[in-house]
Amino acid sequence: MMIEKTIKIKNKAGMHTRPAATIVKLASKYKCEFFISKDGMNINGKSIIGVMTLAAEMDSEVTLTFDGEDEELAAAEITDYFERGFDEL
Amino acid sequence: MKNFKEIFKEAQNKISGIAAAPGIVISNVYLFTKETLEINHSSITDVEEAKKNLDEALFKSKKELNKIFSIAKERMGPTRAAIFEAQLMILDDPILISKIKERIESEKKQPEYIVNDEISKYQEMMINSTEAYMKERAHDIEDIKHRIIRNLQKKRWQSKIPNDSIVVSDSLTPADTILLSRHNVHGFITDHGGLTSHAAIISRSLNIPCVVGTHNATTKIKDGDKIIVDGFHGYILVNPTEEQIKFFHGKINKLIELQKGLEEFVHAPAKTIDGKEIILAANVDVTGEIDLVITNGAKGIGLYRTEQILEELGEFPNEDEQTRIYANLSSRIYPEWLTIRAFDIGGDKFKFVDYDEPNPFLGLRGLRILLENKTLFKTQVRAVLKASKNKNIQFMLPLVTTITEIHKAKEIIDECRKELRTEKISFDKNMKIGIMLEVPSAAVMARELANEVDFISIGTNDLIQYLMAVDRGNDLVSDLYQEFNPAVIRTIHHIVTETKKVHKSVSLCGEMAADTLAIPLLIGLGLDSLSMSPATITYAKRIIRLLSFQKAKALADECLKFTTEKEVTARIEKFFKENSITRTRNII
Repeated sequence: MMIEKTIKIKNKAGMHTRPAATIVKLASKYKCEFFISKDGMNINGKSIIGVMTLAAEMDSEVTLTFDGEDEELAAAEITDYFERGFDEL
Repeated sequence: MKNFKEIFKEAQNKISGIAAAPGIVISNVYLFTKETLEINHSSITDVEEAKKNLDEALFKSKKELNKIFSIAKERMGPTRAAIFEAQLMILDDPILISKIKERIESEKKQPEYIVNDEISKYQEMMINSTEAYMKERAHDIEDIKHRIIRNLQKKRWQSKIPNDSIVVSDSLTPADTILLSRHNVHGFITDHGGLTSHAAIISRSLNIPCVVGTHNATTKIKDGDKIIVDGFHGYILVNPTEEQIKFFHGKINKLIELQKGLEEFVHAPAKTIDGKEIILAANVDVTGEIDLVITNGAKGIGLYRTEQILEELGEFPNEDEQTRIYANLSSRIYPEWLTIRAFDIGGDKFKFVDYDEPNPFLGLRGLRILLENKTLFKTQVRAVLKASKNKNIQFMLPLVTTITEIHKAKEIIDECRKELRTEKISFDKNMKIGIMLEVPSAAVMARELANEVDFISIGTNDLIQYLMAVDRGNDLVSDLYQEFNPAVIRTIHHIVTETKKVHKSVSLCGEMAADTLAIPLLIGLGLDSLSMSPATITYAKRIIRLLSFQKAKALADECLKFTTEKEVTARIEKFFKENSITRTRNII
């Protein structure tokens, strides 16, 4: 099993450093693998330096994949954070 | 037998500089060069050692960043501080770190090479992005990359320093100086810096001969050279001749004799021949100095520079750690006074990589930083109060500019007192609060400021720097850093008389107090207390015990009328001759 979700960046500032740090912190709580892909780049979501290389501005789309035993919980919490526009709406 | 003058005049192998810490030493050189970010590509044999060094460099980097992060959170708001949080997370990035370790194992190259190569890959991705802000982000990553590499390189040179050597370097940071002094270093020489540079201050406090401002010592001296350092006259002799070695061995023996002579009155009071007693207290930089303080017969600690704890630990100590350090010092020096100066950070003493202040010496430093970072300040105030049970601690605020700042600081101190009372923690309710007088605006208002506090301490290093508008670390203008300029003397005079009008005590704790030439003048100006590096106390005491207070007063009155520094120093030199007092450097 694997969960894949495509999601739009909603906040004005995009996926800047603070949300990047929060995403990695959230992902680190889970055992499942978590990747973020955009424009052909596939980045391990538990690596802060990796996530920081992704330029995701407002209205752009990223694909999140979760794979592992607790993938459902991870997917729920992390997609929710994206949906909330990184709490910057 | 030849004298110093003749020896130096004939010497073909001499380098001259500023005599920053007294003493003579003959030993081999360790040339301390910071190969900043020249990446070493060489292969390694010990993979485990390399991985251990990497872990230590990461740990050290974390400590450094935590120190910055704790300030950044309060100062810059969460968005800017996020950069540091992200940098901290990079140091723990599981993907990145395991990749680096894998590559160290498989490629068997220096960790600094792998770190540089691996992190640069991410930076390239950022630079190639079409988004403008990603270039900025690449810059942030550069910062953390440099930090890790710097710490890896430090690790490399640290293991190379042989014991018993004389360190020759371009310049030295306080952290470098303290670190190096742990390797039983016998002397320090730097190309740059003046009497008040860190290398100079710490050398004096550790009693290690030091010559600074040589301009070119690092190019004229090679690693492993045998040299003679004369910290009295500011000369270095490279690969000395037989005659020179013999001469200086003789001087070293005389010096040992002199010090033995000084030991006789370690416990005698610093009293003038006409009965005026001067309190000679010690400046303390590192806690390890406390033994030196006691063996040199200091009447208390007149200045404990707490920011040195940061230098030693690499991060802000928490309340309990601070309490332990202060309480321990207080017990060791009891029943004499321990004067704790609040963290004097900013300026040259503590650089925040994130603030590029155009004018750091006129920027956020001293009390200004403490009032902006209430949590940091309160932690220290609480620790000082909790450590005050012996009732021999007094607390001093650095770089006070206005009376309003004193009011604000006192409010915070009161807040801490209240908190401790509710927490039922005992402390000295009458703990004295004082200020450093080192800003011209505060000097002008000395009486009004003194009225607000229990004591005043004149910090001549900064006072002279601000009064003369001269950067003490800048060789190009350092000749304007004039301790004996009439403007300086008149300002000290003003502070002393104004403070005495409101019956508050006034002392002086700058480097000037350690200059034997300044002692008759300072005492004549009415200072009852001087604080200096422990090793210089007995030298100062010898002079005081030969002085007449009445004559010193007359000397000060005369000097207050002069208009140039030259007239002042010439008059004091004459005073020494008239009263048949020989200065240390003339005895040996």
